[in-house]
Amino acid sequence: MTGVNAEQAKVTEAMDRLLADFPPDSVPPKEFWGAQFDAGLAWVDFEEGDGGLAVSPSFRAYVSRRLREAGAPTWNRSANIIGIGMGSGVLAAHGTPEQRQRWLRPMFTMDEIWCQLFSEPGAGSDVAALSTRAVRDGDEWVVNGQKVWTTLAHLASWGLLVTRTDPDLPKHRGLTYFVVDMHADGVECRPLYQITGEAEFNEVFFDDARIPDGNRIDEVGAGWRVSMTTLMNERVAIGGNTVPRGHGSIGQAVEAWKTHGDGNPATRRELARLWGEVEAMRLTTLRAVENMEAGTPGPEGSTGKLAWADLNKEVTAFTVDLMGLGGTTIPEGYTLEATSYETRETERVLSPQRAFLRARANSIEGGTSEIMRNILGERVLGLPGEPRVDKDLPWKEVPRG
Amino acid sequence: MAESITFAPTDEQVLLASTIRELVDASTSMDRTRELSLTVDAFDTEAWEGLKQMGVVGLTMPYEVGGGGASLDDLGVVFEELGRRVVAVPLLSTTMAMTAIHASGSAAAADLLPALASGDAIGTLAVHEGPHGDPLQVPNTTAIEVDSGHALSGAKRFVTAGPLASTFVVSASLDGELALFIVHVDAEGVDVQAVSALDATRPLATVTFDGAEASLLAVGDEAREALSTALDIGVLAMAREQVGGASACLDMAVEYAKSRFQFGRAIGSFQAVKHMCADMLVAVEHARSVAVYGCRVEDPAERDIAVPLAKSVCSAAYLQAAGDNIQIHGGIGFTWEHDAHLYFKRAKSTSLLLGSVDAHRDRLADVLEL
Repeated sequence: MTGVNAEQAKVTEAMDRLLADFPPDSVPPKEFWGAQFDAGLAWVDFEEGDGGLAVSPSFRAYVSRRLREAGAPTWNRSANIIGIGMGSGVLAAHGTPEQRQRWLRPMFTMDEIWCQLFSEPGAGSDVAALSTRAVRDGDEWVVNGQKVWTTLAHLASWGLLVTRTDPDLPKHRGLTYFVVDMHADGVECRPLYQITGEAEFNEVFFDDARIPDGNRIDEVGAGWRVSMTTLMNERVAIGGNTVPRGHGSIGQAVEAWKTHGDGNPATRRELARLWGEVEAMRLTTLRAVENMEAGTPGPEGSTGKLAWADLNKEVTAFTVDLMGLGGTTIPEGYTLEATSYETRETERVLSPQRAFLRARANSIEGGTSEIMRNILGERVLGLPGEPRVDKDLPWKEVPRG
Repeated sequence: MAESITFAPTDEQVLLASTIRELVDASTSMDRTRELSLTVDAFDTEAWEGLKQMGVVGLTMPYEVGGGGASLDDLGVVFEELGRRVVAVPLLSTTMAMTAIHASGSAAAADLLPALASGDAIGTLAVHEGPHGDPLQVPNTTAIEVDSGHALSGAKRFVTAGPLASTFVVSASLDGELALFIVHVDAEGVDVQAVSALDATRPLATVTFDGAEASLLAVGDEAREALSTALDIGVLAMAREQVGGASACLDMAVEYAKSRFQFGRAIGSFQAVKHMCADMLVAVEHARSVAVYGCRVEDPAERDIAVPLAKSVCSAAYLQAAGDNIQIHGGIGFTWEHDAHLYFKRAKSTSLLLGSVDAHRDRLADVLEL
């Protein structure tokens, strides 16, 4: 048996056993996720004991398919996306065995929700410019500063935190990465209400918050490298979701056309164009998944996030246009409320008007479309980067504002 | 429900692609194509000879008539490579003619197909009478029964490969019904006038029939079925050609953006240029997905979606890539000596051929019952 076949047999056997011993339709989700973790089917490429079977990451798609076919609960991935989608990869690549042992299982079972503390008021797209300070004090670090746009921080037990530990070095080199207890003294979380009135995200303030050195990820000064691992996982997690044909916002557009459409041939043609663009994107995602599964990822794996952001904005705007004056109303009204992970806007069906508002975030969250185009241009097409005036300056000398 | 298919090329298709690429490199050049663009009957005979020798012309036809018995997706691989270099060969027209003849189920197919499948004869569809109109409707060209068979009268316009073709598949009205006929270019009463084509690498002609001798292929529903099959196969093959062309435009633009310096920097380091390239990449990847999907689906209901999807998405992607490629090249991209215009003309012309983008969006809306 070749290596690949042996790995396939191992994964298939573990999956068959999991589904037989823990039938998804009768086992509560938390218990199922625990069993899935123990079976090594949480992140199948991770080490045994860390929720994996130490096989090729290409088997992830196989595991997803089997789970979907069996009707197993998989919503932990979206509800705890920052933990399961990003933090896990950070711990696998940069964490110690003790750290993986402590955090991975409760992350996967949703006993502990995670958030990501990267952006700051002065560091958005240019996240390496961040200024939250961590200063060593014996076996602890003392943190001061402010983070922003922190999704689910108000529900989170743990945060992935990047701090500046050496302001005398150029910006990428003076950073250190931690896991912070969100309930610790000196960590304060305030909701930030967004365009729809909902608060999916927060501001987080650090006022002499203390982090044990055991929660440091990788070396002092390695924060940028660890952040890159996080962001790469983020873009895969956001761009890689597939919905069935005709579902999601284009489904709402079709429904609106059938309800409110005036039969205008030009509008109908525009709807067909949008439907075609969405279907082309969907097929491209399927192609990307197939190639990832085969271990031959290509450029098609990187286009989804950008394409989705632009298209979803267009489709939701089209739907509201179809509603005529109805589009001047918003059925949910506006109330300021902090989200929960079950009910957050990205997890439920919104009115077309609210979906239209929420869509504005698609081209900003998880890397703006401008940054995504830079990434496609530079990393996929190999075009040269912009000249950077701040690259070799000590961080403390870089102009800010 | 969408059919579950895979997208990755088979090992044989990877080999086929590189073989065609080598053949194109060896038998022709962009300079040759540019030169042919000054004629109204452009025909890259050396490239065609190469395709003939490889047995590629009749790739999807059955073995019994000298074809290769291969899949539409295999043929798609060939079109992608030919599209990548805008090669001036009448493969699209010949493929559609062969498909119509084969799909008609006519007994004459056994006689007609071998010469077309071998590439010795060049075929095409002559089914348009004006700049607009649906070729599946009953045309003005009429057929009457005569002793020797049928006689055709009327004029067909925008006949692709018209100046080169020897075998025309012609639509005509027979007793008020749509019918398909075969007319040979040497028959009495056939007149072929080449027309200057926007994309000169795919020549066009007006073909007039004045009581021309014709043999009946199919009539009524059978004719409509055969013709619509030929047109759909044409759309899907052409979509692959569009993907090849768009992808070549992206490659050229990126290459140029890396090597052209202004203001002391490669222009590709400017976001205005870089972002244009990134958007082209998205368009090309989407086009590739729908074109391959279209060539691989077999369920007829699914193909009804895949054909207009491929035509509309791939046309838009090619137009974007070919247009932006010129823009990124600046002045040099606007010159005759540069290759960019060959792609731009091909992009525009393919977006109009075999049903406009708008017509295909309407068709998609019909199929989806919007």
